[in-house]
Amino acid sequence: MSKLICHQENVNESNIQELMDVCPFDAIENNNGIIEINAGCKMCKICVKKGPKGVMEFIEEKVVEVDKDLWKGIGVYVDHVEGEIHPVTMELIGKAKELAAVVNFPVYCVFIGHNITEKAKELLYYGVDEVFVYDYEELNDFRIEPYTAAFEDFVNKIKPSSLLVGATTIGRSLAPRVSARFRTGLTADCTVLEMKENTDLVQIRPAFGGNIMAQIICPNTRPQMSTVRYKVMNAPEKQCEPSGKITICELDRTKLTSKIDVLKITKKEVEENISDAEVIIAVGRALKSEKDMAMIQELADLLDAQIAGTRPLVESGWINAKKQIGLSGRTVKPKLIITLGISGAVQFAAGMNSSERIFAINKDPNASIFNVAHYGIVGDIYEIVPQLIEDIKNSNAQICAR
Amino acid sequence: MEILVCIKQVPGTSKIEVDPITGVLKRDGVDSKMNPYDLYAIETALRIKEQKGGTIKVISMGPPQAKEIIKEAFMMGADEGALVSDRKFAGADVLATAYTISQGVLKMGKFDLILCGKQTTDGDTAQVGPEMAEYLGIPHIANVLKIIELKEKSVVVEMDMPNTLEIAEIQFPCLLTVEKDIFQPRLPSYRKKVSTKDREIKIISLKDFEDQDEKRYGLTGSPTQVERIFPPSVNNDRETWTGTGAQLSFKMSEKLKQLKFV
Ligand SMILES: Cc1cc2nc3c(=O)[nH]c(=O)nc-3n(C[C@H](O)[C@H](O)[C@H](O)COP(=O)(O)OP(=O)(O)OC[C@H]3O[C@@H](n4cnc5c(N)ncnc54)[C@H](O)[C@@H]3O)c2cc1C
Ligand SMILES: Cc1cc2nc3c(=O)[nH]c(=O)nc-3n(C[C@H](O)[C@H](O)[C@H](O)COP(=O)(O)OP(=O)(O)OC[C@H]3O[C@@H](n4cnc5c(N)ncnc54)[C@H](O)[C@@H]3O)c2cc1C
Ligand code: SF4
Repeated sequence: MSKLICHQENVNESNIQELMDVCPFDAIENNNGIIEINAGCKMCKICVKKGPKGVMEFIEEKVVEVDKDLWKGIGVYVDHVEGEIHPVTMELIGKAKELAAVVNFPVYCVFIGHNITEKAKELLYYGVDEVFVYDYEELNDFRIEPYTAAFEDFVNKIKPSSLLVGATTIGRSLAPRVSARFRTGLTADCTVLEMKENTDLVQIRPAFGGNIMAQIICPNTRPQMSTVRYKVMNAPEKQCEPSGKITICELDRTKLTSKIDVLKITKKEVEENISDAEVIIAVGRALKSEKDMAMIQELADLLDAQIAGTRPLVESGWINAKKQIGLSGRTVKPKLIITLGISGAVQFAAGMNSSERIFAINKDPNASIFNVAHYGIVGDIYEIVPQLIEDIKNSNAQICAR
Repeated sequence: MEILVCIKQVPGTSKIEVDPITGVLKRDGVDSKMNPYDLYAIETALRIKEQKGGTIKVISMGPPQAKEIIKEAFMMGADEGALVSDRKFAGADVLATAYTISQGVLKMGKFDLILCGKQTTDGDTAQVGPEMAEYLGIPHIANVLKIIELKEKSVVVEMDMPNTLEIAEIQFPCLLTVEKDIFQPRLPSYRKKVSTKDREIKIISLKDFEDQDEKRYGLTGSPTQVERIFPPSVNNDRETWTGTGAQLSFKMSEKLKQLKFV
């Protein structure tokens, strides 16, 4: 077992306080001149690196590594409800292909459900090498025990080196269960993934509510597992011709029993709350009449966005008071906000200036909204928005040259 | 009903900063508190007990100071509590944490229902609950939004799925992780504070466990290794675009595509 040890002989009056202060977790205690490390220690080794010289030492015990050569390929879990494939799956396939290229691995999908064999063909348009399908009635609904059993079977048969799972509510329930079954590591909500030559996956994720980033590796166990949120990675272009193959997997049905019964499934009503919105279109007084809201709505639909606005727009009654951004409205922090004809008064900007990406269209080059926007677009919303709607619509068209 | 609630002590604020040069977490006198999501788990347990009777125990893994949050759980109405604590548990990742807590659970008795919060505000993985359930060999449902009906041998819950809400019945013993807002957590009561101030908090350490193999705990039992921590990069690029309407809209749709909003 690796150990953190304290060389008491090097501790003295002059460095004891420094030593205690260096630990960010208050894990170093002074017990009448004897240093004790309490259970709060996170083994971050900061006391070794940054503490008084020669006091703390970390002794690493060599752990038995797995034979990494036995584990090949990158597996992607196909996230779906009733066979409807969640788009995060394609994004993970895209990432898996990039990672696989570094070490010359194949890319696999594991698809667990019922009546999904036909749907599995869809995945062959994204450049995977093989899709492993577990198609049984007992797998119709997501229930943890049979899904884990199928996943386990896949890992045992294929021995993938890495597994990528979408951080949906399903993935975040299933992936930990599988990782505990194989006693391997799982990194949550990765935003960056990189493959090393030795097949170790470098995983970067936010923690503490996004206030810090952690770089995590899983060097001694396989498979190494990561969950990744939707809209973090890039989906590959859909190919015109399918490639790769589908393999139907057999499973001992006694493994498919469950203590859970799914009684009823209802589609979620999308709750409109601008504070939780990922994408917002915010409109200001540049809007000439209420009927122009139709154009805004069309853009919002294309971007899966919610509509919000400035106080004058609320006062005119064109949008609901709950949709007001600003000091006397709501504070928002979406991934994307596009402001259309908004001057950028401080009372408005205060409610949105920590958004991740801010696009602002305003015809006045001196408008103060340009001080907070990442992309300041000097122009007329009545010229840009209709054209933008067209451009976005066209971009969905697939080009297949034969 | 025998109910167990898992609670964790977390830093008092999530405004933790990392020194960009040294990579050291700046602590600026952060105090600790109960993981806010665990308050919902405790409240859920209390509501179930009100209907079904039984006892509520709480378990926490952490340093000796984590006793504070167990006391807080007593003030809300929990009946018993234990702290799983040992220097040998230091540096645990989710796998080692879940294994350690599940060993502690075995020491605390038999349970019909184990409740966890949805996630924590520090490690923020939401993985401990499902991994514990695996180690305990019981089924679990994550992201429970509502308790719909309590039956003799099972509970009917509403769970949050990617695009749907599902109502499912799960048999005891089982583990649930509950969403924020499942019930409004009550405030700690002063009367209970007084009446529980001398209540014993058991300390469970490695020597009490069934599995005393040190290799499975703490840093050594953790397959993941945090290589470094650093502050997130903020997007401070500013660009101004000018041109005709057609040029600007084209540029904008290209940018939106590149940023994956289209
Ligand atoms: C105490 C207090 C609290 C307030 N709280 C809030 C609040 O919570 N939220 C809020 O929004 N406001 C609030 N306000 C009001 C705020 O000060 C501003 O008056 C308001 O935000 C301005 O809204 P606007 O940008 O839509 O309109 P304007 O300031 O009139 O801006 C319109 C902009 O559109 C541009 N424009 C016009 N036509 C076009 C076109 N065709 N194409 C492109 N651009 C065009 C113009 O150049 C101009 O910059 C508050 C004010 C006070 C005093
Ligand atoms: C920056 C950073 C990033 C990390 N990333 C990872 C990672 O990706 N993968 C990984 O394996 N480890 C990771 N760790 C280590 C991990 O945070 C710790 O192992 C932690 O104990 C796991 O719990 P969590 O905070 O994520 O809990 P969660 O899984 O979010 O907690 C869910 C619920 O489990 C229960 N629970 C959790 N911890 C305890 C406890 N100590 N006592 C009682 N109940 C508890 C509570 O009910 C809680 O609401 C990371 C640590 C840091 C500092
Ligand atoms: S390793 Fe980190 S947490 Fe442990 S005593 Fe040293 S500084 Fe504190």
